Formats: sequence, C-alpha cells, structure tokens
Amino acid sequence: MRLLVVEDDREAAEYLKKALREAGHLAEIAADGESGLALALDGEFDVLVVDRMLPKRDGLSLVAELRDKGIATPVLFLSALGQVDDRVTGLRAGGDDYLAKPYSFSELLARVEALARRGAPQTADTVYRVGDLELDRLAHRVTSATKEIALQPREFRLLEYLMRHAGQVVTRTMLLENVWDYHFDPQTNVIDVHVSRLRSKIDKGFDRTLLHTIRGAGYMIRDGAR
Amino acid sequence: MTALVRLLRTTAFKIVAVYLVVFALFASGVIFYLARHTQILVREQITETIDAEVRGLYEQYNIGGIRRLVAVVEARASQPGSSLYLITSFSGATLAGNVADVPTGTLESTGWREISYRRTEEGAEAKESVALVRVFVLPGGFRLLVGRDLEEREHIRQILAAPARWAVVVLVVMGVAGGVFAARRVLHRIDGMTATSDRIMAGDLSGRLPVAGSDDEFDRLASSLNAMLERIEALMVGLKHVSDNIAHDLKTPLTRLKNRAEEALRSARTESDYRAAIEATIEESDGLIRTFDALLMIARAEAGQAREHMTDFDAADIANSVVDLYEPLAEEQGLELKVDAAGPLPAHGNRELVSQALANLVDNAIKYGKPEAAGVAPEIVVRAEGEAGSIRFIVTDRGPGVPEADRVRVLDRFVRLEASRSRPGAGLGLSLAAAVARLHGGEIRLEDNAPGLRVVLTLPVQPKK
Repeated sequence: MRLLVVEDDREAAEYLKKALREAGHLAEIAADGESGLALALDGEFDVLVVDRMLPKRDGLSLVAELRDKGIATPVLFLSALGQVDDRVTGLRAGGDDYLAKPYSFSELLARVEALARRGAPQTADTVYRVGDLELDRLAHRVTSATKEIALQPREFRLLEYLMRHAGQVVTRTMLLENVWDYHFDPQTNVIDVHVSRLRSKIDKGFDRTLLHTIRGAGYMIRDGAR
Repeated sequence: MTALVRLLRTTAFKIVAVYLVVFALFASGVIFYLARHTQILVREQITETIDAEVRGLYEQYNIGGIRRLVAVVEARASQPGSSLYLITSFSGATLAGNVADVPTGTLESTGWREISYRRTEEGAEAKESVALVRVFVLPGGFRLLVGRDLEEREHIRQILAAPARWAVVVLVVMGVAGGVFAARRVLHRIDGMTATSDRIMAGDLSGRLPVAGSDDEFDRLASSLNAMLERIEALMVGLKHVSDNIAHDLKTPLTRLKNRAEEALRSARTESDYRAAIEATIEESDGLIRTFDALLMIARAEAGQAREHMTDFDAADIANSVVDLYEPLAEEQGLELKVDAAGPLPAHGNRELVSQALANLVDNAIKYGKPEAAGVAPEIVVRAEGEAGSIRFIVTDRGPGVPEADRVRVLDRFVRLEASRSRPGAGLGLSLAAAVARLHGGEIRLEDNAPGLRVVLTLPVQPKK
C-alpha cells in the first residue's frame, strides 16, 4: 500500500520509510505540515502517518483541513504527546488512530495495516470464518468444525476483534484499546493471560493452531493450512 | 534625590497629596463663605444704624427745622466715634458736619454709596478712609449725608484673613509632612518586602516576609505571601526529591541498558547472541518508556491538565470492567478476584484516569496480596459504593499488608518497600492513583485489612472546580 509519512525529523522519517518498504509498503515523506497537506490533498494514499508537532502547520490542523475538504484517508497520529487527553484531542481533530512516541515499528505496522483495511469498503459480514473456526456475530455463537465452543462475553469480543483482523498482526495495546476501551498501560501483561485463555478454548484439543503469537509484536489469527 | 523621587512616587504620597488639595479647596471655601457672610452682616448693621440716625435727624428737622438739625448734627458730630454727618444748603455750601473732601458729585443724587473721605477735625493731613453713606434731600433743598466709617468691616476682614492664611499654610505643611511620613512608612514596609522577595528570588526559599504583628493590610499581605512561599518551598522540596528519584530510577535502567549493549559488543559471538542482547535492550527500553509515561501522567494529573476531559461515568461499571481485565491474571496467580459493585453509581471525572488508578490498585493487590499464612483464603475483593456526595473504591487483599509507618510514604513516587524490591515495577502505581485522587479532589487511604491491605480511593461525585 501507499503511505504518506508527515514527519519533520529526517532520521525518524527515513527509518520509517525503510522499515515500511521492508514490510512491502511504499512510503513518501513530507517534512512539514504545508507540504504534507499538499501531498495528502492529491490523494492516492491508503494511510497517512502524521506527526503532531510539525513546522509550518501542525498535525491537528493538517488533518482537520483534510477532513474539511472531504478527504477521508485514514490517519494515524504519531506524537510525543501520548497521554489519554492528547489522544482524545487527536481523534477529535479527525485522526483515526493515535500512537505515542517512542513506538515500536511492529506496533505502527499493525495499526497502519488495520487502518488500511478499514479504509477499504466494509463487507457487513455477520459471520467470520478462519479455517474451521466460525464466529456468528448475530447469534453470538462460535463453532469449530460444527462443535460449539462456549465463550465468556469478553472472550467473544476478543475473538471477534482478532477474526475481523484475520491474517493481520494485532498488538496487545490494540486489543486493550479496542476490546476493553482502555488507553493506558496496565503494567502487567494482562492481555497475554486473556489470549492464552482464549487459545486454550479454540486451539486446545484440535490438531491445528489458529491463534498465533507473533514475537515482539502481538497476535494473529490465521488458518495455518494456507 | 532618587530617594525623594521614590518618596514622591509612592501611592501613599499621591493619595495624601490629592487629599490635601481637596481638603485645602474645601477649607478655603468654608473660610471664604464665612468671611463673606460676616461682611454682609456688618454691612447690614451699618445700614440699620444709618437708617436709624436718618430717621432721628429727620424727626429733629420736622420739629425744629434746619436750625435744630444743624444744632443736633454739630452736637453729635463732636462726640468721639461718631457717625459722619454733612448738611449742605441748596447752593451747595456746607452748613454743618464732620466730613471734608467728599468726592464731587456725591451729594448730587440720593441713595447709598461707598465714598472715600477725610474728617474735618483731623485736618488736611488726616488719612483718607472709606465710609458707607446715605444721601438724603430734605424739604427746602437741603441735603443731608449720614454715613459710617467702614474701618470696622476692614478690621473684621483682617481679623479673619490672617488666621485663614495661617490655617492654609499650616494645613499644607502638615499635609505634606503627613504625606511624607505615611509614604515613608509604607515605603519602609514595602522596601522590607522587596528586599526579602529579592533574596527569595535569588534562591533562598526559606526566607519569609517580615510580619509586624499590627494585623494591618501589610501584615495580611505578608502573611498570605508567606503562606504562598511555604507552599512553593514544599513543592520545591518535593520536586527536588522527585528529581533525585527520577535520576536514580531512570539512570539505573539506562545503565543496565548501556552495559548490556557494551557487553554484547564485547563478547557476543554468534548472531543469536546479538539477537538476544538486542531483544533484552528493547525490553529494557520498554520498561523505561513505561516509567517515563507514568511519570508524565502523574505530573499532568497533578498539574490539573486532565481536568478538561472529565465526563459522567458509572463507578460500578469501572469496577466491573477493571476486574474483568485482571480476573484471568489473578486466577493464574492462584488468587480469587471478586467484585462487589452494584450500579449505577454515577460520578463525574476522567474515566480513563480513574480506571487506571483502580487498575493500579488491583495490579498491586495481585502482585503483593498473596497470603503468607496458611489457611487464609487468597482473595482480592474490589468494591465500589456510593456515599453522600462521593463514591468509594475499596480494594482489599489478604497479603502481608503495609506497616502503619509506611502507609503514607508508599504514596510517594518511586517508593518501594523492601519486600517488593525484587518484583517488577517502578513504584509509581500508588503515586498515580494518589495523583488521580487529588486531581478529582478526593483522597486515597491505606488501612489494615487484618490480615492484608485495604486501600480506599474516595472521589467526590462532583469534583471541586
């Protein structure tokens, strides 16, 4: 996919561009808010990665201007201002996601990929399928090879989020934000315990693994056979 | 010179000067008014005297004609302190009287006027003086002039004028002196305050403004400034304490990080050695970032910045949600995490921060709340309840608890009790919870759960503005 990185720190921008290219994505760099806005207005990008503090025009006003002009390209804010209220400000200005610096690249990549998919036309699936695992969103039922799996409401939502992003890396903070709606760091890795519980229900006793741990990044649900 | 200029520039002096001008104007007005009225009174008295004399003389004339009149006038005129008299014939010749050198034309018309004259008996060298006279035409063409000297009036004027002048002079002198005195007094107090403030600004935060003990406005000002200084000093001490701690708690992991990288550079042989070292480095920096974030969050909560993102929330909902998040972890640790929160418990505040504060309390309970003695049920209870005007979150565990002496201290940043040194964490969880409580105008209290620890987080339903 094509990304626009609006970041005034040259080294950070180049690092991002290189890392994104290694992940198979094409990134362009804009070093200030004005040129970033000009490039973004041309469209042709799947996701914009925008720093908040930029020369000439700050990130918030850049995105607000884009939204004003009716451009809906997903935006990931990147900022050293990473507190909860900064997030809220960023999302209100028209951002779709918010990542505090210093970030890990795997976190950024996972979020960018999730945003790119969100930008694609949504299929209003009521049933998610990965391998033999089936999640019915309306009936709140999960079955694996016709055998029903009983899940707690929270486990259901966790699996639902993972399956919506099947084939994509989902980080711990993404789970915390989207399943629990928390934007703070719970210190201990509580998410891992939730995931391992879920794994014991959907993978244990089956001769296949669907829920994978991606080292140094997070989790991914995918059909191992593919 | 500059001292004088400074004195003249003081507010006290300016106020006194304005007051002085206003008062002087007022006093002059009163004196002028008095003088004027006295003069009118004197003149009225003179007029009455003259009128009475004229009436008497007219009667004499009616009784005995011009001869009798002349005789009466001559008799009266010779008495000391007499009025002024002059009778002339139709042709203008003087028949009787004690007035000479009357301005020409004085007798031409009747009525009241002021003239200058000289008394005949005093001779040509007598000084001229002013009199109020009335001219009267008698039947037969005779003209009668009766008047009284105005010396008396002049005298009264002088009696009044001299003290009035002195009064104004004294007023001005005393006003200026008073102004200087007041200004100097104020200046003296202010100079004292300024000198102390300068010393305090130069870095001596222990300095305090002098309080004279007179309980005047300066004392009140000094007292409130002193209270402010007290608070600033406490904050500065706190800041120093915190920065020392930050230096220690951020530099320690930084040192480990650096050591690890150097170690890898020195002795790693294989790719997997390098990989392991790099992974450890990243893990260490994640810990650092976490500590840093927590510190920033505490700082923000303490600065009150998170106040703008306050919303209505349900406290019971928060308790349930946090327990939901931590329940599997507690179970994994062999602890039973229970929740007792019947909603709704409406409250107002920063939902995210309150959730985090409660999460930190639960996290602590899971980390440190394992029973030491056998036979104690390993349970952690999270309770949310409403009270008049406030809501309370109570987290209880059955662990070793916190000694009473440490219960306030553990709320400080980076304080980790000996027993917990070996566990992960930076000692910021409780500090953050305490900062969140303060932000909302609430408080956090540690109590004995016999056995175990009981942490009570109280928040007012409507945070103080």
